[in-house]
Amino acid sequence: MSILVIAEHDNSNLKPATLNTVAAASEISPLVHLLVAGNSCQSVTDECSAVEGVEKVLLADDVAYENQLAESIANLIKSVSSDYTHILAPATTFGKNILPRLSALLDVQQISEIIEIISEDTFKRPIYAGSCIATVKSNDSIKVITVRATAFDPVNTSGGSATVDSISAEGVSDLSSFVGEEIAKTDRPELTAASIVISGGRGMQSGDNFHLLETIADKLGAAVGASRAAVDAGFVPNDYQVGQTGKIVAPDLYIAVGISGAIQHLAGMKDSKVIVAINKDEDAPIFQVADYGLVADLFDALPELSEKL
Amino acid sequence: MKIVVPIKRVVDYNVKVRPLGDQSDVDLNNVKMSMNPFCEIAIEEAVRLKEAGTATEVIAVTVGKKDSQEQLRTALALGADRAILIECEELLEPLSIAKVLSKVIEEEDPKLVILGKQAIDGDNNQTGQMLAALLNFAQATFASKVIIEDDVAVVTREIDGGLQTIKIKLPAIVTTDLRLNEPRYASLPNIMKAKKKELDIRPIEDLEIDVSSRTELLSVELPPERQAGIKVESVEELLNKLKTEAKVIS
Ligand SMILES: Cc1cc2nc3c(=O)[nH]c(=O)nc-3n(C[C@H](O)[C@H](O)[C@H](O)COP(=O)(O)OP(=O)(O)OC[C@H]3O[C@@H](n4cnc5c(N)ncnc54)[C@H](O)[C@@H]3O)c2cc1C
Ligand SMILES: Nc1ncnc2c1ncn2[C@@H]1O[C@H](COP(=O)(O)O)[C@@H](O)[C@H]1O
Repeated sequence: MSILVIAEHDNSNLKPATLNTVAAASEISPLVHLLVAGNSCQSVTDECSAVEGVEKVLLADDVAYENQLAESIANLIKSVSSDYTHILAPATTFGKNILPRLSALLDVQQISEIIEIISEDTFKRPIYAGSCIATVKSNDSIKVITVRATAFDPVNTSGGSATVDSISAEGVSDLSSFVGEEIAKTDRPELTAASIVISGGRGMQSGDNFHLLETIADKLGAAVGASRAAVDAGFVPNDYQVGQTGKIVAPDLYIAVGISGAIQHLAGMKDSKVIVAINKDEDAPIFQVADYGLVADLFDALPELSEKL
Repeated sequence: MKIVVPIKRVVDYNVKVRPLGDQSDVDLNNVKMSMNPFCEIAIEEAVRLKEAGTATEVIAVTVGKKDSQEQLRTALALGADRAILIECEELLEPLSIAKVLSKVIEEEDPKLVILGKQAIDGDNNQTGQMLAALLNFAQATFASKVIIEDDVAVVTREIDGGLQTIKIKLPAIVTTDLRLNEPRYASLPNIMKAKKKELDIRPIEDLEIDVSSRTELLSVELPPERQAGIKVESVEELLNKLKTEAKVIS
């Protein structure tokens, strides 16, 4: 029973969610292979072969995979799929884009965003914004699965000594092409990998006021997140959104500021170890999940918090 | 240019869904149903393309029970020209839905198909990508901006690191993210007009597609509940608790 995990990377570095996905794969079988599809991505391949628990790295190094467009990558994965019983990818925008396409090419019903492995064919996954947890059994011969990173502790980045097999480009498609990207650059930790996250909601009133959160984030080494309302209002970019249809985070400490606690927001943060809520409305639903609630005006509380840190 | 918009009837986003007593499935008895919010965004985008003169016809399609007509009527009231219900009493999996939709799309031959990125019931986020594979179409998922230029579309996508722009050949599949547009509300005159628009109902059997399930739902349960916490009186006390009790900051 060999399992293929699709590595997420930017041609220079492996993305951490891959490590959580390898962890999930290792619960099913010790025979875990990583597929790296990219362009001039030797450094990623080196990282991958050192990852704990990885037996083999498949490397498809070709300009066609520079931007990892779904059409070409899905065809590539399909070309090696017959060697595997399971194909896994992180449930990030990368994995969510590619895996269902692969799944249909293989005539398989994908299992999305699993949070627990019961057996090689049975998995738990949240449905209805995490209001319920479903246990689902797959009867397909190949299991195609996306993995919620926060539900599995990452494997180590070292300790492995996988062999590397080069594979050639297969089924390169010209249906789509890359035009450009705007990737936010920040010195703060990545939202999904940070051990502390401080998020702002509509209560922040403006993008400028997010500075109040940023100063605190910098003192704590935290990442900054937001509710949908704050993103929709243009206070912060889309990649700040935490929730059912944004990012899923589970840091040691999550601080929600001026966020009411709608179920769609809770879906993205309620597995955090410790939750703090700062809100001026004592009846805000966020207090029902908060370990520590502070009923206060954020414009008083944040400067004071920053000063005392 | 014809646009097909597949939509789904789902539990309204304000409803907190619970498992049935025997945990065999979720309890959908007497809960409010609506059009999936991402599908409203899909309809809105298609209607705006028609209003801009880019599209000539917008067709809403759903695969579901008889009562899904309600959501198709909403789509018609929001500006779709006609609607198709592929009637099926069971709830199908995304792969089967994509197979059914691909048949309809082969018949209709649109230049663009716009779906929601995710249905908020199963949170699968699969159907659009699967449909693209079955039709061998290009796909642009999680769209926050769509520009049509002759035979291609330039689409900006919401990705984890920020925004990505790609060019896709038409015909193609686009799935909507939250920031693509702000859907309008249906006006009363448009709701009245929608009653007269064409709504074609076809039994799923006519399409002769194998839609048998590949997965089994073994149980549905509530997630572990969080212990209720405490209210602190001051910033001082909060910091104290975080340092000495929770030990999450030093
Ligand atoms: C399909 C769909 C998907 C969605 N996906 C997501 C998602 O992924 N993530 C997400 O977050 N939401 C999502 N939502 C939106 C969600 O339903 C809520 O609308 C949203 O989370 C509300 O954001 P908010 O808490 O910032 O705003 P509000 O609900 O308006 O809350 C603002 C809060 O700030 C407090 N406040 C105001 N001023 C102050 C002050 N001076 N000091 C202290 N407190 C103050 C108020 O008391 C209030 O509680 C989704 C909705 C839909 C329909
Ligand atoms: N039964 C259905 N009928 C028509 N379209 C559907 C159906 N189910 C899902 N879709 C479309 O696929 C999108 C994504 O759904 P899902 O893959 O279930 O998350 C939805 O927003 C709809 O546009």
